Amino acid sequence: MLPASASQLLNPTDVGREFLRLLPIALFVIVFGIAFGLASVQAGLTDWQAILMSVTVFAGASQFATLELWGQHVSLLPLVAVVFAINARHILMGAALYPMLRELPAGRRYGILFLLTDANWAVASQDYQNGRQNLSVILGGGLVLWLAWVAGTVFGVTFGGLVANPEQYGLDMVLGCFLLSMVLGGKRSPRVLLIWTVAGLSAVAAYWWLPPHTHVIVGALAGGVLGYCWKERRHGG
Amino acid sequence: MAVETTPFAVIAIIILMALVTLATRLGGVFAMSFVRIRPGVERFINAMASSVLIAVVVPMAVSGDAGARAALGATTAVMLLVGRPMPAITAGLVTAASVRYLVGA
Repeated sequence: MLPASASQLLNPTDVGREFLRLLPIALFVIVFGIAFGLASVQAGLTDWQAILMSVTVFAGASQFATLELWGQHVSLLPLVAVVFAINARHILMGAALYPMLRELPAGRRYGILFLLTDANWAVASQDYQNGRQNLSVILGGGLVLWLAWVAGTVFGVTFGGLVANPEQYGLDMVLGCFLLSMVLGGKRSPRVLLIWTVAGLSAVAAYWWLPPHTHVIVGALAGGVLGYCWKERRHGG
Repeated sequence: MAVETTPFAVIAIIILMALVTLATRLGGVFAMSFVRIRPGVERFINAMASSVLIAVVVPMAVSGDAGARAALGATTAVMLLVGRPMPAITAGLVTAASVRYLVGA
């Protein structure tokens, strides 16, 4: 395999195309930003604090989860533990991109990771499984998702009542359905299906019996370990 | 350690959350820069990559309501039949909204 040069991996045309590719998903993200803005004001944050959080943290699930912890006083350790546990999946997601990212100079390599989130990573990861190196989606897709998240939060703190109940319209399932469609769009061999089964069962077991927010890491590592132990026949290994 | 939520403290806590999150975004790549990518490591990464998504979605179905399960089922069905994400996601959302409308009515 020829090493792709940095300019092939990230050029403005591709970044723009990937920005537009994730625009439909970003429109749904706006709705969630609105829901977050509304919820954070109800939890006692000011408008600017909620917006600052969306701008700098840019990780919806962890932002929602910590809202329950805000009050007159905030316990720092549980707060940091929840944020870390929910976002620890980024560690594995970043590691999975490493074979592509190592081709970039360090500044760009770590720079685009500021925008790493589930949706743009899922696209990059599935493109890679299908033989295409696509880091432009991390930057372009990440940018449109970040803009949508921030814009949604701004709307939410201002006119949150408009979307008080996104579940009613099925909008809470956007990310789940999107991620599922990315998985199913990838390679499906008996080996992969068994890895998915083990990952899914481990995740559910962790969800039931291990501390909260650990299930993604447990499922991902279980699938990864099985993949490590079980060599693919076609590539000889 | 409990901190009183003065305006300054809130900003400091938000910045702390941002730094923890940023550490997770950069940490995996930083750690991998010390690992030689042998075939075993590559198999681990590839299997883990799709397992992350499965580990997010499957508990969502198990712990979710009928609408959530129907949505993921519809997305799976359309994805296997048509193979394109947008129709699959649309089917999922419409199904979730319909099931919740019917159950709630």
